[in-house]
Amino acid sequence: MAASTSQPTGLLIIGASQSGVQLAVSLRALGFEEPITLLGEENHRPYQRPALSKEWLQGEVGNESLIFRSNEYWAEHHVTLVKGERILRIANNRDGSGVAVAESGAEFPFKRLALTVGARARKLAVDGADLTGVVYLRNADDALALKALVGDATDVVVIGGGFIGLEAASSLKKMGKNVVVLEHGPRLVGRAVGEETADYFLEAHRARGLDIRLDARISRFIPESTPDGGKAVAAVELAAGEVLPAQIVLVGIGVIPNTELAEQMGLAVDNGIVVDAHALASDGSTVAVGDCANMPNPVPGSPAGERIRLESVNNAIEHAKVAAYSLMGRREEYAGIPWFWSNQADLKLQIAGLSMGFDQTVVRRDDERGKFSVLYYRGGRIIAADCVNAPLDFMAVKNALAKGQNIPADAAGDPTVQLKSLAG
Amino acid sequence: MTTTVHYTDAEGTVREIEGRPGDSVMETAVRNGVPGIVAECGGSLSCATCHVFVREDCLDKLPPMEPMEDEMLYGTAVDREENSRLSCQLKLTDGMDLYVTTPETQV
Ligand SMILES: Cc1cc2nc3c(=O)[nH]c(=O)nc-3n(C[C@H](O)[C@H](O)[C@H](O)COP(=O)(O)OP(=O)(O)OC[C@H]3O[C@@H](n4cnc5c(N)ncnc54)[C@H](O)[C@@H]3O)c2cc1C
Ligand code: FES
Repeated sequence: MAASTSQPTGLLIIGASQSGVQLAVSLRALGFEEPITLLGEENHRPYQRPALSKEWLQGEVGNESLIFRSNEYWAEHHVTLVKGERILRIANNRDGSGVAVAESGAEFPFKRLALTVGARARKLAVDGADLTGVVYLRNADDALALKALVGDATDVVVIGGGFIGLEAASSLKKMGKNVVVLEHGPRLVGRAVGEETADYFLEAHRARGLDIRLDARISRFIPESTPDGGKAVAAVELAAGEVLPAQIVLVGIGVIPNTELAEQMGLAVDNGIVVDAHALASDGSTVAVGDCANMPNPVPGSPAGERIRLESVNNAIEHAKVAAYSLMGRREEYAGIPWFWSNQADLKLQIAGLSMGFDQTVVRRDDERGKFSVLYYRGGRIIAADCVNAPLDFMAVKNALAKGQNIPADAAGDPTVQLKSLAG
Repeated sequence: MTTTVHYTDAEGTVREIEGRPGDSVMETAVRNGVPGIVAECGGSLSCATCHVFVREDCLDKLPPMEPMEDEMLYGTAVDREENSRLSCQLKLTDGMDLYVTTPETQV
């Protein structure tokens, strides 16, 4: 398709969330002078997602607290915010310029393009999955829909024992709902944490009264008629025959990166938009950042050629900074120690580093003070840690990794010894 | 009554921002583009990149520190001092006039 003939200017950022916002902010901080259009399909000012399953759901923080930047900030920094426009097609030229066409028919010409399109909730294919009351939790509209249902509900079934499922389950339980978590796999949180951490979370959640079923198989959602003539979920039937009442079914079974625009542009895609260490896609011009990007593992010293797609705030921010340099014509490599957090009831998980490829673990456990950490090693060197209510351990490992230091495994198991004192 | 936060950065530049009661010192800074506070976790008390030094005579206007904040402060990029706080834990109250200094770096 031929691109429009109007003179393309500036940078178009598609996706106005954690990555897109950071990219615009970093570019202006670096002195990027061209026009920036920060465009997103959602009809909200750009907002932070993490609290949607936690503090916001529980009513501890309001809508305003989630907003990234004031309208005045965007105006002062000459960033044009476009809300509610979903890009369907991109006509791109060899030089990286092109035109993005929205569902509304509106056209957005650009000289350079950034794809910060994130990921969407994976849909559950179960009989009854389209009933009212079956919800997901990826964006603000999902969260508003969930909140609107919460008042009338007494029973909630959460499908998926990953971070979002467990966070939401903990929040809903705290709000007085009967909550059952159904996890398809043999343990919680999939591959995001090691077995010791998964077991600890299972034990800790069950001790707090959360009903968690592992290896759960769902046969269908049972409907009931609503006064307005619609169909709403009333219960979840398990393959084993048990019927769990549920006026809300919250599905949190992972996300799928939004790669369709990139594919249509002819960019390389493989579990995300394939980018190099500078956040540049295969055309050498478009940058792709955050949840949608598949990139070289940013951890210094990681095996050559190892690639990864990360779903975290920290990655969105740091990756966007690298992309900002690329758009300024500077070649910075993405290098850093990824970190992540998840708050579930009074369990505060912080993860430093990436544990993939570990060959040894050390557990630090202090039940009296409710602290628990797992340290991961590869070839005798520390590579990551999962820390529950143990910020000192988290900070010590994060700082040691950043400085390229080790925390020898043989001494690390004693929870009375500060990890900071072992780093060297 | 106006509620004001005076942010001084490591170079000595002062920015005065009118805040809203109920918002945190961190939110007030970030939303208005005050540099020097990163706040990666958005106030979830998970990142320690919202470290500030509070002017001594303002310390007693603030809520006491929870143990978690205290522990997190041992991991800040610039070492903590007596008057260190994590600014996401500092909620503004009506009429508050607060002076804070941001560290040289947060990460
Ligand atoms: C409920 C929840 C809790 C979370 N908690 C944590 C946490 O505790 N810690 C943590 O580190 N991370 C957490 N995360 C993950 C974190 O929020 C994401 O990693 C982060 O939002 C990724 O940012 P992004 O900008 O790359 O992608 P997204 O946030 O997915 O943003 C992409 C944006 O692009 C828009 N878009 C996509 N396609 C188009 C199109 N064609 N046209 C226009 N717009 C488009 C989307 O609507 C969306 O607004 C959580 C996520 C959720 C959903
Ligand atoms: S914003 Fe993360 S600890 Fe304050």
